[in-house]
Amino acid sequence: MSASTSTSVSGAMSASESGRFSAGAKRWAVGAVSLLLSTVIFWIPFYFVLINSVKNKTDAADMSMAWPSSFHIVDNYVSVLQASDYMLLEAFRNSLLLTILSIGLLIAVSSLAGFVLQRREGGRGSSFLNFLVLAGLMIPPAIVPTIWVLDLLKLFKTLAGITLIEAALHFPFAAILYKAFSATLPREIDESALIDGCGGVRLFYSIVFPLLKPVTSTIIVLESINVFNDFVNPLYFFPGAGNATVQLTLYNFMSQFTTSWNLLFADIVLISLPMLILFIFFNKRIVSGMTAGAVKG
Amino acid sequence: MIRLTVKTYSYWFLLPAFLIYFVFYLLPTVLSLFFSMTRWTLTDWDFIGFDNYRTFFSETSLNIGFRNTLIYAVVTCVFKVVLGLFLGAYLSSRVPFKNYLRSVVFFPTLLSTIAVGIAFSMMMHPSQGIINTSLAAIGITGPDWLGNTKIALLSVAFVDVWKGVGIATVIYIAGISAISPEYYEALKIDGGSARNAFWNITVPLSRPAMNSVIILSFIGGLRSFDLIWAMTKGGPGFTTDLIASIIYKQYQAGFYGLATAGNVILFIGVSLLAFPLYKYLARSEVHL
Repeated sequence: MSASTSTSVSGAMSASESGRFSAGAKRWAVGAVSLLLSTVIFWIPFYFVLINSVKNKTDAADMSMAWPSSFHIVDNYVSVLQASDYMLLEAFRNSLLLTILSIGLLIAVSSLAGFVLQRREGGRGSSFLNFLVLAGLMIPPAIVPTIWVLDLLKLFKTLAGITLIEAALHFPFAAILYKAFSATLPREIDESALIDGCGGVRLFYSIVFPLLKPVTSTIIVLESINVFNDFVNPLYFFPGAGNATVQLTLYNFMSQFTTSWNLLFADIVLISLPMLILFIFFNKRIVSGMTAGAVKG
Repeated sequence: MIRLTVKTYSYWFLLPAFLIYFVFYLLPTVLSLFFSMTRWTLTDWDFIGFDNYRTFFSETSLNIGFRNTLIYAVVTCVFKVVLGLFLGAYLSSRVPFKNYLRSVVFFPTLLSTIAVGIAFSMMMHPSQGIINTSLAAIGITGPDWLGNTKIALLSVAFVDVWKGVGIATVIYIAGISAISPEYYEALKIDGGSARNAFWNITVPLSRPAMNSVIILSFIGGLRSFDLIWAMTKGGPGFTTDLIASIIYKQYQAGFYGLATAGNVILFIGVSLLAFPLYKYLARSEVHL
């Protein structure tokens, strides 16, 4: 059936040969329009932020897209870094540590959990556990009770506390990705490892975990973006002067720099850089990860 | 073999994950049912029954959030579903600059919501912002996007769509690429147009992708907080307050019991709307 369809399609295409030139021209016209639209809609905001981050205070106050009368690249960026006793550097340290620690913890626990949930699918208790995981994707966390629990454990306002929170809140998404991918690993692998004398723990760490690498790298990239850009959780669970993350710094600078838009924009550029660099290196991985996570099929 | 399976895939392996998940997510969620019925100082509490809920439902400044949250979630969801579909279908076809356009649409997703919010509040400044100065150049007097009580909520929703449509587009691209090309070939033989191909093949067969976009963006909209906080802080007045921003305000003011009641209302609301929607969408998918 499919063979006969494709031959008749090529027949139909040559019949419409004459209409091809105008179709091609139309496609390029639409392409040009979409290029123009994408520039207006997506690039102008970036250009606006970038150009204003190198202006002086009075130029930036115009909020225009005009070319700067003089460039203040070094002054602006250095003053942002120095503001409030180098708070931004402290915040970068906190944000990077938080991202690395929470993603590390998340991968360590959710890979094993996702694998076991998949292998025990249909068993007693597994549907309840799956329900608990799914619920976590939908139901927003209860904030003040979480603070109460953190306080009880002496973890409120600590890096360890916010790390555990980020790992807990991103667990459902990671577990579901791991679970879906585990289904593609044949059980024969497990069985042959068992026959060779592997226990469950060794089976997972020396055989299964390396095979899960594609999901692991997807989760590293996607969740790094989420955790690094997170504003809400640090706002609630990691308050205090020495505890700022980069997103909180930006938020605090919003009131501090109300008359110096140039510095505010320089801050925006600085804190966007890490994720833009990540994007340049992992562009393909991000997109494949988004799709793997979203279309469960 | 059964015993072996049980031992190999021991439920003990779930312990580390579920311990963290239980202590920092499930337990607080269950506790919130109790604490929402207290007057609470974190160290001490009085049980007051449903008083917090009564306050929440009777004070306009608190319950305005219900309407706003629903409007915000529906508006952002509809725009992401529709724009994402057209962008996804367009960027799945043979288009010049395809890879470049895909990257550009996805780009805003990488930015922090706070940064996006700050940049757009400047661009939406009523007299100096570039949106209104550009409109003025072609003779249109733009509104005060964030200061006008009638449109402020929609302005923020628009920025949300700007930032989030990339994810919707990528999901659609994945869904559309999974459609077998044979359907399009068959349609071509029957003399169908590109329009037919879009409405009769692409739209119905990308339903799984569409359902993911609907659920993700609807739940995201209901829970939304950071963008509204960066752009309007719930103002002018309370006209752009969402349930999540009201919870934050009550928390800041030290009304912990009331904030927790807001949390419980939010998660009951999300469950009542999202679970049936999820079930309905799953049932109505096209089966081949």
